[in-house]
Amino acid sequence: MKAERRIVLVTGTRTGIGRHIAEHFLAKGDLVEGCSRSDADWGHADYFHHRADVGDENDVVGMLKSVHERHGRVDVLINNAGIASMNHTLLTPMETAERIIRTNLLGTFVVAREAAKMMVRQRGGRIINMSTVATPMELEGEALYAASKAGVVNLTRLMAKELGSYGITVNAVGPTPIDTDLIRGVPEEKIQAILDALPLKRLGTFEDVTNVIDFFVSPASDYITGQVIYLGGA
Amino acid sequence: MSESTSNTVVDRSTLLNIVVNALDATLAGQGDATPSEIDDSTVLFGRDGLLDSLGLVTTVVEIESKILSEFDASVVLADDRAMSQRNSPFRTVGTLTDHILSLLTES
Repeated sequence: MKAERRIVLVTGTRTGIGRHIAEHFLAKGDLVEGCSRSDADWGHADYFHHRADVGDENDVVGMLKSVHERHGRVDVLINNAGIASMNHTLLTPMETAERIIRTNLLGTFVVAREAAKMMVRQRGGRIINMSTVATPMELEGEALYAASKAGVVNLTRLMAKELGSYGITVNAVGPTPIDTDLIRGVPEEKIQAILDALPLKRLGTFEDVTNVIDFFVSPASDYITGQVIYLGGA
Repeated sequence: MSESTSNTVVDRSTLLNIVVNALDATLAGQGDATPSEIDDSTVLFGRDGLLDSLGLVTTVVEIESKILSEFDASVVLADDRAMSQRNSPFRTVGTLTDHILSLLTES
């Protein structure tokens, strides 16, 4: 009997890591649903794009309802959508602070909550959240960003406890800087300082991230939950 | 009693059926037997209740999902107000049914 194709939901798929993750699962033959605040300029026969802001509860509920109507389930959630902001504490406007927390922490929470509701009914699923090495490295100039991702780490561990009895695992991956739009505005010396502080001194790649994700979603990893893997040895 | 949602009319007996079916599904999922008779007075949660806290969460998720798919109405059963009420709306099948009806009325 042919195995049923997995339904994979990836947030923040318009560009960068999110797009790469979506294309990675598509290449494996999965059916992928993605979202971003604007339309995607790429497509695939097995990909459906939602225009949704993860920081907007109504958008998220509508997106998951749509996924349910089309597939009746979601097997894997990659909670990738996020925004970075390099700013000294003294120079961070409240509006920026709220935007970072809303997208990175509350967005991760509400997408996971709605996906988990479907996973509870199907008695299983995998949730992968995105953290960052900025959290354990406590990088100056990224206070709110690192703090929002520290929240994601705590959320990951707690959700793992609350959802474990439903057969749902919740883990996180913490990438190093990767050459994406997210770090394009970051001064080169700042990036170099981060790399110098890592045991493995190089920029990360998309493949480094999907390698960890593959590990977390592997059927053999059904006894692994509440874990955070930071790239580069952070 | 009946209430209108965005695209349909909901009567209490329909909601009662949803609650009973959700309870049935939860108990079956836990490997527990369903009582031969379930009615408004069946105790869900608390002293002599059929559900533990995890079972209640599972039942609530099942009910919210059913209401969304059948009536296109998004309700949050365990909001702050519900959790702080002196008489818990999750105590019996009847109180939970009335709680849902009340939320649909407000929405």
